[in-house]
Amino acid sequence: MSLELKNIEKKVGLETFIYPTNLKLEKNTINVLLGSTLAGKTTLMQIMAGLDKPTAGEIWFNDQNVTGVKVQKRNVSMVYQQFINYPNYTVYENIASPLKITGVDANEIKERVGKVAELLKLSPMLDKKPNELSGGQQQRTALARALIKDSDLILLDEPLANLDFKLREELREELPKLFENRECIVVYATTEPSDALMIGGNTATILEGKIIQYGKTLDVYNNPENLTSAEVFSDPPMNIAKVNKSGDSCSLLEANTTWKTNKKIKDGNYTIGIRPHNVTVEKTSTNSVEIKGKVMISELSGSESLIHFKYGQSNWVSLSSGSHKINIGEEMKLYMNVDECLFFDQNNRLVSNG
Amino acid sequence: MKKFKWLVPTIYILFLMLPIYWLINMSFKTTTEIINTYSLWPQKFTLENYIKIFTDSTWYMGYVNSITYVVINTVISVAAALPAAYAFSRYKFLGDKHLFFWLLTNRMAPPAVFALPFFQFYSSVNLFDTHIAVALSHCLFNIPLAVWILEGFMSSVPKELDETAYVDGYSFWRFFFKIFIPTIAAGIGITMFFCFMFSWVELLLAKTLTATVAKPIAATMTRTASTSGYELGLLAAAGTLTIIPGAFVIYFVRNYIAKGFAMGRV
Repeated sequence: MSLELKNIEKKVGLETFIYPTNLKLEKNTINVLLGSTLAGKTTLMQIMAGLDKPTAGEIWFNDQNVTGVKVQKRNVSMVYQQFINYPNYTVYENIASPLKITGVDANEIKERVGKVAELLKLSPMLDKKPNELSGGQQQRTALARALIKDSDLILLDEPLANLDFKLREELREELPKLFENRECIVVYATTEPSDALMIGGNTATILEGKIIQYGKTLDVYNNPENLTSAEVFSDPPMNIAKVNKSGDSCSLLEANTTWKTNKKIKDGNYTIGIRPHNVTVEKTSTNSVEIKGKVMISELSGSESLIHFKYGQSNWVSLSSGSHKINIGEEMKLYMNVDECLFFDQNNRLVSNG
Repeated sequence: MKKFKWLVPTIYILFLMLPIYWLINMSFKTTTEIINTYSLWPQKFTLENYIKIFTDSTWYMGYVNSITYVVINTVISVAAALPAAYAFSRYKFLGDKHLFFWLLTNRMAPPAVFALPFFQFYSSVNLFDTHIAVALSHCLFNIPLAVWILEGFMSSVPKELDETAYVDGYSFWRFFFKIFIPTIAAGIGITMFFCFMFSWVELLLAKTLTATVAKPIAATMTRTASTSGYELGLLAAAGTLTIIPGAFVIYFVRNYIAKGFAMGRV
């Protein structure tokens, strides 16, 4: 089982939504589409589902061309960001509807709905209408409807985005487990890098209708092919600076910071990317380099402190664990863990990670 | 001040109810009493007027005719507006916005403008003095209204609902009748109410397009006044009975209307 997009392209009027894209998703994998809003995640999923036709290119499923096949004829499920359920049906009827449509016998429907409801903790709510439920329960109902039939392809379009923080955490943990023993391909669209890391599997970073990189989630995170991919896969945004390397010394061009390096890369100018959690208030590694920045904004979230500061001419972000007292406008010392720097060459391709 | 806050609404309602009270009051009087004496309630209470209406077929057939064409019109209007409104709310096509606005402009012309062409046209195709003629002519202003109201309700349903249904395996028609129509039931209720009401109160076209067979109650009322002198008591009774269907319908859809106002398109 595999789903393959071959040179898929989508244009609406003069606007290009998806640039020619190739992507192959293997069986029993969870695939995260990671990108900001309007990156083209939803369009891509609609093309995968068959709700939308690509302007050019082909979709192959199990070595069969399914490009023009209607969505009803494909065995897919989809869950949206908005909690979409049939308002006139009870939760039970909602979950049962995909089976009922295909004419599964009543006893079997009952048994399968019971099982899925149990799995998603919906058993006490089966006789209620969806709008009598909380947001989390509504989304669970939608998930149950997606899980009840043995779909080959399950598409989740930002399923957690409209939930409050606690419910999101809870459901995010459960999600990968729901797909563990299933013969299917799962595609999960999200705007949040932390979702991708939590869910694991494979990740495709997407920007403005182009897939930048596709691979195992940790690989994409640790070895972004290029600067764009690294930027998409970083939240808060990655800090970027120009450096010059000559011999064993490395220096930032905008500010007077130099450190020793033993990287086996050619001398010359590079762009470095460093994730905010590697720029901290306290020293985290023996190789950390001290830098000085002027604090612009700081946000405390209890367990973490986020500091936006001006370093040289650029705006940087630092993320440290613990609460720190920070005065806005103050010049403060921060530590940059240079071991975790990603080096990109003049064409923004990765040459060295850490 | 607080003590008197009931005062203004009470006066308001009193003024609103006054003409209706006067109508009902008159309907239980004899014509002689109405003309000759001034009284706040019937001196000689009589049901004669109502008995006359319910026994004389020229009178009660007026109600039957009116209700017949109003129901036909309501059914046609909603049946035609449902697919139209769905298209406007779900699809983009050339000139969709202009067409949508043009629909509304149909309501801007007074029906009198269309009375003559309708009369001539229906006469020439032998539809003059039929219920369907009146029902069709009322579609002129009811279908645009129905499309306009239904489009609002349909657009408030996310299009992801349609897509979810297709993904689940529903065909378009099955989705439309089993899920979509129940979802916008409140909107359909309101639409039917407005179609019913506008068709019920419309007099000019209904009067122009009918003679005897499909003559509406409002026409019966105006013609009686001119032929056999002033039968004021009878007219008042007929008027009272004319209010009832409207009041009845409003009672049933009052919750839907509140919902419709909340959704911002009524």
